[in-house]
Amino acid sequence: MKKPATQIVPVWRDFKDLQEWEALHQQRPEGDKHSALFEQVTEGIHNFPGGFVVTTAADAFFNWARKSSVWPVTFGLACCAIEMMATFASRFDVERLGMVPWASPRHSDLMIVSGTVNIKMAPMLKRIYDQMPDPKWAVSMGSCANSGGPFRHGYFVVKGVDRVIPVDVYVPGCPPPPESLLNGLLLLQDQIAHFRRTGRRAAPTPKVD
Amino acid sequence: MTADQAVTLIGERFPEAQVERGAPDRPGDPLVVSLRLDQWVPFAQVAKDALGCRFFAFSTAVDWKEQGLDVIARVDNLDDRVSVLMKTRLAAGASSCPSLAPVYRGADWMERECYDMFGIRFEGHPDLRRILLSDDWEGHPLLKSYAVDTPHPPYR
Amino acid sequence: MSAVPRHDSATSRVEVDYAGGERLTMNMGPQHPSAHGVFRAVLTLEGETVVGVDAVIGYLHRCHEKLAETLTYAQYPSIASKTDYVAAMTSEFAYVRAAETIGAIEVPKRAQYLRVIAAELQRVASHLLWLGTWCMDMGGALGGGATIFLYCIREREQILDLFESLVGARLLYGFYQVGGVRYDLPPGWVARCRETVDLIDQRIGEYERMLEDNPFFLARARGVGVISRELAEDVGVSGPLLRGSGVAFDLRRAAPYSSYEDFEFTVPVETEGDCFARYRVRMVEFRQSLAIVRQALDRLPEGPISSRPGLKSVAQIRIPKGETYARVEGARGEVGCYLIADGGPKPYRMKWRGASFSNLAVLPHILPGHKVADVVAIMGSVDPVFGEVDR
Repeated sequence: MKKPATQIVPVWRDFKDLQEWEALHQQRPEGDKHSALFEQVTEGIHNFPGGFVVTTAADAFFNWARKSSVWPVTFGLACCAIEMMATFASRFDVERLGMVPWASPRHSDLMIVSGTVNIKMAPMLKRIYDQMPDPKWAVSMGSCANSGGPFRHGYFVVKGVDRVIPVDVYVPGCPPPPESLLNGLLLLQDQIAHFRRTGRRAAPTPKVD
Repeated sequence: MTADQAVTLIGERFPEAQVERGAPDRPGDPLVVSLRLDQWVPFAQVAKDALGCRFFAFSTAVDWKEQGLDVIARVDNLDDRVSVLMKTRLAAGASSCPSLAPVYRGADWMERECYDMFGIRFEGHPDLRRILLSDDWEGHPLLKSYAVDTPHPPYR
Repeated sequence: MSAVPRHDSATSRVEVDYAGGERLTMNMGPQHPSAHGVFRAVLTLEGETVVGVDAVIGYLHRCHEKLAETLTYAQYPSIASKTDYVAAMTSEFAYVRAAETIGAIEVPKRAQYLRVIAAELQRVASHLLWLGTWCMDMGGALGGGATIFLYCIREREQILDLFESLVGARLLYGFYQVGGVRYDLPPGWVARCRETVDLIDQRIGEYERMLEDNPFFLARARGVGVISRELAEDVGVSGPLLRGSGVAFDLRRAAPYSSYEDFEFTVPVETEGDCFARYRVRMVEFRQSLAIVRQALDRLPEGPISSRPGLKSVAQIRIPKGETYARVEGARGEVGCYLIADGGPKPYRMKWRGASFSNLAVLPHILPGHKVADVVAIMGSVDPVFGEVDR
């Protein structure tokens, strides 16, 4: 019987518990998240004369699919959660943008950190973020998530969620009204439109007037 | 049970306790009773049984720096509108107080919070551990010696 | 004591002898779909029945009490609104009342009426959110629960529109100030408020009929989560939980503040103490709050809106030495502020008595004996807001 090919990523039964699994995922370098062969092929096509048409069209298509169906994980922490719920509800409906709020992080693309992160909650937040599959984005909603907000000087408050997870869009406000959050989500969609297939993002966010 | 009857009853059972009444034009003010530490739980039992103060509003502490810590609890008699604010002073440096949890079940969480914030150990509390802060937190934040913006790398 | 399967070779059946002594510890939260915020319940289960609960809170502890010692009386009210953020007006109310009581600061009559209007509209908005999220928890977000959630949010948005035109903010305001209120009614506000109140009154009737004709709702709410009167008082629960357990105590009636004695309203009381009783109490409170708003709009006096207008610096309000415990009837119960002032512009000590903290403390006493599915229904009817619990 042929020996099965060595797997790059160990499977669940190789681990004793969830903590070991998470530790491995945090140490994994960025590179092995994609197949090396696949990267070589797409680079080859891209560098072939005229081949960029294929890769950019494919990028545009996949990014359109990604941005039209961003599912946020329901991660309401504090007051901003109420405005986030209002954004998901009847008047400011985000479902028309394709965003279905989903409770399980394993099936979502986006984490909207709405509320103050404190030192007790930060490891939980990181754990939920780690459970989300790639590609994933994070929106920091409200001044508490941006920088600690009005509670910045408190002994138990994390000065901004970007000390815990990488953030793509910052939405200011206390709390940001649903219009602001919708603006932030639309900016996120513009960012996603520039997402490269290999996972490295285009550097500048498009200018908005 | 009127406020006058309550004051009389307290005077009979706890003669050394100081009772202050609120201003006459503010009938909702509580009777402020200052007690010794050993009278803390007996008074609470009397308040619950004899004064009818069965509603446990809150319990907290105040840090008076060199003069020590004050432990405060407020109980209300909802039917007769009589409220009692009990106070006791812990000596400077002391941080131990008898627990009201056997008398009022609401004191359970309130005293855990006092322990968390001030470091006061409540004797007789069924499960004294931190409630708001992380279990491995060092320090008791609401003491005046604790700075509000104490750093805690890497989060702040 | 483990369940050992036995294979009966004669009949080829596998029998499991469940002795019933196995206990499972299950963690609910701090992130879970039942949209109440960051709460962690470590449930000990025997099969499907809860036998023990360890309620872990503190995931939203934002150092309110320590920060209040560093902020002046003019700066803190807008931070106070972030404790009970679903009913922010009543949160600010407790703090400014405490400062005014110690400082013996008069509040003009018009300001008192405006405070009452804001507080009662806020109570309606808060109960709308409670109804929407509780029914969504029981019905499921993709099931029937989202129906009433979306309806209630639609009504709540009307009230938030009123607040936005009055204060400029939808959720967290800085409307209450020491000495009065910050803004006066803009032109046309009274007429719009009356229209909104009538609309909501009519829609509440529709929701009541919709829910009380629904056998699933009744099955999940009747007889579930009974809080006895004695337990309620002992733990210190207040608000609709206390009134649902038979205690006729409402601060607006028992210790009237801010001209509540001028208004006629009934205080609903139910005796069963279950989720349905608390639901009935809140539904009656809807109507009574709308009645109070109508009366206040009819009799709104003219006059100044603050006895300390035109603050030139944040440290301008100084409260003399004293201490007090000021409480208001918030949407969730007795919200209180125990304030010790020392003569300066900042308090010496501020203790926030959050209604939801005491309400939540009743959970370890009532959950054992219920099924896991009832935990969600009970949590919803207790209606905690974690800004108040953790402060």
